[in-house]
Formats: sequence, C-alpha cells, structure tokens
Amino acid sequence: MTALAPAPDADLGADLGANRNAGDVWVDRLFRAITLVAGLLVLAILALIAYTAITKAWPAFRHQGPSFVFSRTWDPNVNHFGALDFIYGTMLTAAIAVGIAVPLSLGIALFITELAPTRVRSGVTYVIDLLAAIPSVVYGFWALAILTSPAANVYQHIADTLGRLPLLSSFFGGPVVGASFMTAGLILAVMIVPIITSLSREVLLTVSQDDKNAALAMGATRWETLRVAVFPRVRSGLIGAVMLGLGRAMGETIAVALVIGSSHQITSHVFRSGDTMASVIAHNFPEAVDLPKAALIGLGVVLFVITIIVNVIARAIANRSSVLRGSAR
Amino acid sequence: MTAIDATAGSRDPAAWIHERAVTPGRRFTNGLANAWMVGSVLVALVPLVVIIVYVLSKGAGVISWSFLTKNLPIVTQFEGGGIAPAIVGTLVITATAALMAIPLGLLAAVYLNEYGRRGRVPSVVRFMSDVMTGVPSIVMGLFIATIWVSSGMHFGYSGLAGSLALACLMLPIVIRSCEEMLRLVPDDLRQASDALGARRWRTVTKVVLPAALPGIVSGAMLAIARAAGETAPLLFTIGVTKTINSNPLHGTNTTLSQEIWFNAQTPFSAAHDRAWGCALTLIAIVFVCTVVARIVSNRFATRA
Repeated sequence: MTALAPAPDADLGADLGANRNAGDVWVDRLFRAITLVAGLLVLAILALIAYTAITKAWPAFRHQGPSFVFSRTWDPNVNHFGALDFIYGTMLTAAIAVGIAVPLSLGIALFITELAPTRVRSGVTYVIDLLAAIPSVVYGFWALAILTSPAANVYQHIADTLGRLPLLSSFFGGPVVGASFMTAGLILAVMIVPIITSLSREVLLTVSQDDKNAALAMGATRWETLRVAVFPRVRSGLIGAVMLGLGRAMGETIAVALVIGSSHQITSHVFRSGDTMASVIAHNFPEAVDLPKAALIGLGVVLFVITIIVNVIARAIANRSSVLRGSAR
Repeated sequence: MTAIDATAGSRDPAAWIHERAVTPGRRFTNGLANAWMVGSVLVALVPLVVIIVYVLSKGAGVISWSFLTKNLPIVTQFEGGGIAPAIVGTLVITATAALMAIPLGLLAAVYLNEYGRRGRVPSVVRFMSDVMTGVPSIVMGLFIATIWVSSGMHFGYSGLAGSLALACLMLPIVIRSCEEMLRLVPDDLRQASDALGARRWRTVTKVVLPAALPGIVSGAMLAIARAAGETAPLLFTIGVTKTINSNPLHGTNTTLSQEIWFNAQTPFSAAHDRAWGCALTLIAIVFVCTVVARIVSNRFATRA
C-alpha cells in the first residue's frame, strides 16, 4: 500500500496548509457558523410550522373547544367542527395498511438478507425502491380509474361469504363500495412497503453472522435460526420500522383522497367509504375561508401532532437499538 | 473438510447432516417460511408491474408532440390541448426547490458530521431532522399556504410558494443522505489534511466534499425525484394556470401531479386520458432521476 501509493498532490498540500494564519481562523469560524445555522433551520422550520398552524387554527379551536376532536359532526354551514370521523378514518386506513404491509415487508426484508443469492439481492432491493418512486397521485389515479370497480366485485364476494358469520359480519358485511376504507388501506399498504422493507432490512443486517452460524451449527433450520438468533435481537428495531411506516400511512394524502369516497361515518365495516384528516384538507382547503379555513388548519394541527408523536416514539425506539439511523425516505 | 468428505462419500456433508437431523414437521415449517419470503417479493411485484403496464399502455396512446407542447385546454371535458404548462411547471418548481433544499441540507449535514459529531445541539438537530421526514406533505402545504400565500405575507400563489413547501419536504431527506455520504469518507483523509495544516473548512471543501460528491449527487437526485412527484404541498400554494409560466417568482403555476389530481376527479374520459398522459410523463421524469442517481452511486461504489 505505502510503496504503491501515488505521490501526494503537492499543489493540494501547499493549498491546504498555505493560509494557516489569523484570517483563516475567522473564515473557519464563519463557515462553522453558517453550517450551524443551516442545521438549526430544521428546528426553526418545525417550530414555525407548529406556531403558525396553531395560531391560524386558534379561532376554530376556541369556537369549538374540546369537541373539535370528540364531536362527530363536521358542518361548515353551521360552523360546527367535530373531527372524530376523520380521525377515525385516518386511524382505520393506516391500521389496514400496516396490517397488510408488515408481513409483506418483513418477508421481503428476510428474503433480501437471508434467502436471496448475492446477485438477486440488489435487484430485489432496487425493484422494491421503485415502488417508492411512483408518485402518490399516480397510485391514487390508477386505483380510482382501474381498481375500484373490480375491487367492489371482490368485496361483494367477501361480504356475501364472510358477512354471514356472526363476528366477521360487522367488519366485512355489505353493502360494499369500491372507493372505501379498504381500497385506501390497500393503496397505502403498497406505498409503505418500501419504507418498512428498507428499514427492516437495515435492522436485520445488524445481526452478526456468527450468531446465525451458531444456531445453524446446532442443527437449526433457517426458520429456527431466525426465531432463536435473529428475531430476539431485532424486535425493537422492527417496531421502530413499523411505526415509521404507520406515521407515513397516516400522513399520506393524495392517493387516499382519490379513493376513499369522501363520506362522514364511523363504522367498523371496511368496505364502506369514509374520509381521513388529510383527504378532507386536500378536498376542502382551496375553497375554504374564515372559520372553516381555520378549522381545516386545525385538522392539520391534529394530524401534525399525531404524526409527530408517532415519529418521535418510533425514532426513540429505533435509536435505542441504535441501528435505524438509516434511509427514511 | 476433506476428512468429512471422505466419511460421507461423494455426498455434500451439509446436505447429509440436514437429511438426517430434520424431521418432516420442521422441514415443512421451514419451507413455509421460505415460501412466505419468496411470496412476499412476488406479491409486492404485482402492483408495481400492473401500474407501470397500465400507465404505459394508457399513456402511450395519448402522448404526441402536440400533447407535450400545447397549452392546457380551458375546458377539461373535451379532447385537445396539451400539458406543456404542467411539464414546465414541474421542472421549474422542482428545480427551484432543489436550489434551496440541497445547499442548505448539505451545509447542515456538514455541521452534523464535521463540526458536531457529538454534543447536545447536533443530536437534537439530528433527531428532529429525522422526525421532520415524518411530517405529512400536506402539512407542509398548509404551512406555506398560511405563512406565505394567504394570511401571513400575502405573496399569493406562485411557483416559488410551491417550491418552498417542496424544499421543506426535501430538506430533512437531503440532510440525512448527505450526512450518510459524509460519514463514508474515511477519517484518514481528514487526518491527512489536518496534518498538512489545513483548517477544518479547507479540509471540508477541498478534501471531504470532493470525496463524497458522487454520493451526495445521487442522494440529491433521489430527493428531487421524490419532490417531482409530490402533489399535496402544491395544491394550496401554486394556484392554477392554463398557459406556460416559466417564472417561479410571479404568477400562478401548475404541475403534472396537480393536473393528474384535477383531471382524475372529473368523470370525463378525455380528462382521464389527459391524466394518463400526465402520469406517463411524470413517471418518466421521476424514473430518469432515479436511474441517474443509481448510475452515479454505482460508479461511486465501484471506485470506493
């Protein structure tokens, strides 16, 4: 290495060392200060978002009081703003999305880290990342134009079969519509698979090969190796990854707004239409004025607070396992 | 190794042990787990392939030279017109956002990795920037709409307002990817530069940044690709227009994503065709960015 190393670039060396004088100290301090300001900008933007959103939403909060989040009636014509239906819609669609995406993402991450030959590995990673590259509005438009009518037929079949069973009928019973909680949840699931996959993959890569080899040497199958040597090590990291996916699913707007059907209701039936906080804002904000506008900003505040809480908890869990400072695209 | 081979004859010793030790039940469970992993990959491929095939087949029939170069029609209900204003708007607004977010994000990453690896302030900045990646894009749109467009400073709709919202969205992504790339630069290089008597800022600008440049470019392209496809931050910030507006500072604007959103919500087949054309154009732009990022980072990986 040393013998073959290229001769040091004399010009670069001279250039680097030339100005070690008093002036250069000030340049260095200035540079440091500029980078510090850029770093603090993140905190400033977050604080500014919280401050402006809360002040602009204040008239609606003051008008409505705590019933803003507990009332079910949202009627701008009579200035009554209860967001519970939309909060419920956000939670339900995000829950459906996470329920579908987690087994898929974990399977893909395990395939990439444990099963796939080296050459297949990067290909699969790249293809899954492509899912994240498709814009939200394209997912939404595709689902609205193509998916909703065949989906309604499938939902009808499910409702006809499962709807007869006593417990399941309250979740899957009819009548069904194509633009529903379920369709929104499905699209969200596709959209959060890449995030959960890439985060889980990074977590799984932290398990040392020695641990796995030890289990294999004891005669464990691959699945048993995963159970005894891998899963106990990565539990908190995986919980962090899932929660980050959940946060993304709750904040996703455009695709959901196109396929959820926009109606106010709280129902356990996943094949009915509803609305989420984000989709209500997207549909109604451009035309809103005065108090209804403040109320929509208030919805934004509620959404902001919920997603921030989910993200802070997720990051705290993930940082504790100290491996997840990875791609969170 | 050879000794074992000799006792087991011509058979692979691992396979031999495997056969003897694993009961059918355990083998079945293991096979089930393998099937789950492979199946997950296949299931995830379905929406990707189906969406791309639909966008290609529906969009290709719509796209023509006049579709790409004409102004948007006044009435979306009927055929005709083009999407040139949306293409120009997408490029201009995304580029303006990148001009703001990438330098700032890079500087912040330099602070985090070169000046503040430890300590309270950097760790708070790092944590909050991670949290900021989780702020919904529609909240960014609301934020800029309230502070910049309508009530706050009353600048009104403009491409710049949309760019500001996109830049807020890109900033934490750029910080994250740049910091990651800076961390890959070996400390030996920094120490060598220090040993030559260089101040930290010279080390950063002359040694660290050139070494990390391909990775930074690749991360920046991915952030641009993400921003180009965004709709929610633009709905309340850029307004609408039917004609080309290449000036981000003044006047209302439109983007491909926003045109898909508007046209998708109408019941007219002409509008849906237009949306498919927009979708194909948008996906082409996004994929070009992604592929460029991939090529740049591959070159980086082979060189490093």
